[in-house]
Amino acid sequence: MTRVIGSRLLSTVLVLFGVSLIVFLLLQMVPGDPAVTILGSGATADAVAALRSQLGLDRSLPVQFFSYLGGLLHGDLGRSLTISAPVTDIMLPRFANTLILTGAALLLCIVIAVPLGVIAANGQYGIFDRASMMISLAGASVPVYWFGLLLIGIFSITLGWLPTSGMYNPRFPGGAGDLLAHLVLPAIAAALVPLAVIARMTRSVMIDILAQDYIRTLRASGLSTTSVLWRHALRNALPPIVNIIGLQVGYLLGGVVFVEVVFGWPGLGQQLYTSITQRDIPVVQAGVLFIALAFVIINLIADVAVGLLDPRTRRRAGS
Amino acid sequence: MNAVAQAVDAGRTRIRTRRSPADRPGSAAIEKPKSQWRLAVRAFSRDKIAVVSLIVLVLVVLASIFAPLLTPYSPTVGDPVDRLAGVGTHGHFLGLDGQGRDIWTRLLYGGRNSLTVAVVPVLVVFPVALVIGLFAGFRRSRAGETLMRVLDVLFAFPLVLLAIALAAVLGAGLGNVMLAIGITLIPYMARVAYTATVTESSKDYVEAARAYGANPLLLMFRELAPNVIVQLLVYATTLCGLMIVVASGLSFLGVGVIPPTPDWGIMTADGKNVLLEGIYHVATIPGLLILVVSLAFNLIGDGVRDALDPRKQTG
Repeated sequence: MTRVIGSRLLSTVLVLFGVSLIVFLLLQMVPGDPAVTILGSGATADAVAALRSQLGLDRSLPVQFFSYLGGLLHGDLGRSLTISAPVTDIMLPRFANTLILTGAALLLCIVIAVPLGVIAANGQYGIFDRASMMISLAGASVPVYWFGLLLIGIFSITLGWLPTSGMYNPRFPGGAGDLLAHLVLPAIAAALVPLAVIARMTRSVMIDILAQDYIRTLRASGLSTTSVLWRHALRNALPPIVNIIGLQVGYLLGGVVFVEVVFGWPGLGQQLYTSITQRDIPVVQAGVLFIALAFVIINLIADVAVGLLDPRTRRRAGS
Repeated sequence: MNAVAQAVDAGRTRIRTRRSPADRPGSAAIEKPKSQWRLAVRAFSRDKIAVVSLIVLVLVVLASIFAPLLTPYSPTVGDPVDRLAGVGTHGHFLGLDGQGRDIWTRLLYGGRNSLTVAVVPVLVVFPVALVIGLFAGFRRSRAGETLMRVLDVLFAFPLVLLAIALAAVLGAGLGNVMLAIGITLIPYMARVAYTATVTESSKDYVEAARAYGANPLLLMFRELAPNVIVQLLVYATTLCGLMIVVASGLSFLGVGVIPPTPDWGIMTADGKNVLLEGIYHVATIPGLLILVVSLAFNLIGDGVRDALDPRKQTG
């Protein structure tokens, strides 16, 4: 197992190198000279040249990349063009907030989607199966930002049950209860699409497994449906389901950008949105980098979990 | 996997339909072999959900093209007197937005942009991905394999995020958004074409053609490509559904189509501001249309996939 994890870690390091290269190249794609952008079009040629050498823009691209990479390894992502602070200081607390929202949404996905898929698979072509799969097919096509607005309209404006935006009550910031009240709607909004996809995938994995001979043997030997379904079949369905969940985290993290904008959640996505409108590219770079980082690490965890869950890979790795 | 089994059958059926008249000269006159495509079209036409989805989509496209015939109003100039009038207002059955523009009119004209921005990148990337997939998957050349590994790195970025990042650095505007979406799609579509090529390459019909000493390029484009295209087509249809949502999302964030140009994502964003005042129709109507069109693409994709599956074809 350690060898599998080792090789997976190595490939993760390579991917992260590639990710930082692409994020670095994003800056190069921005039309125009960054120095001119910072100083404004009225700046003298001397001032522009001075700033270019200060920012290191007069050096060759590979040199610039490795100095960027070096900074990255020290947690230095440059300075924001609009807020007078290092990018890391701006983004780290927001990254934590994004992880809270993503974690809550992921929890919702797993807790709802997996049982839904299992129950639907058990009664294949039954009413529950057809209804839940039709709804989840529609759910997978829903624009996240629109769904968020719908939730605000119904639960915050019309019913007045939950706050419309933010993370804490601005006047009386409370503890966990306050956070939870603010978290419910954004988490539901972010969870919807991955939830629908995971439920559909769980269903099809379970249908394949329920058709296998050993399930028939278990049923014939008198085991209750509950035991066959939840103990024996689901255990074998878990590795592919965990894989799918890992991949859906990508959609979740992308969707979170919209959810944060709609709900004013102070995370990476909202900062990304603000910085895009202000064309503050170092902050945009950092936001993209952090989200990609989270995605890569979560998939690494999912892969390792699959390895541990599946006895076949466990044995192969052990020998 | 279903797609793989489907591909196996598709490959076999192709050979059978082609060779059967030559093998049995007499039988061709009695029973004309049905082509794979005709069988697929017939199977698709029996799928009610897919046909309804196709009709909905065609109607939406036609309505966008012939927008000027369907509405007397301008999509960009409004009448501030009636601003925010609700659904069912006389002369404006879907109501008016915050600047007094007719929502029905903006939906019609907006469809032109929203559909173009989502579908054109998929169409443009399609042949590119096909060629990348074929060369990397069939020739197994080092250059092709390296290219696939490089594209793999792009999978580390969530799809939507990559599109947002690219659109952000390129700047808003119709052309830039399509470029951003197109670049984002390359690894996804190339991967599907590559996987399909690799599975097809190990099939008996390809092995046989190789053993005959067939010209590799001819083999690749005449025998292999049709089977790869079929799989890529199913994926591309579903991608169109996703891209409707993504492209509108970019406009929603302000990195897509530039206002006041009508676009379904921009219309939803316009509605966001008045939603807090308890006025819902401005945001909900365009979003609902995005959902319907995206769902239609997904259902058509499902229908095409089933129609091309020989096990589900009858007659």
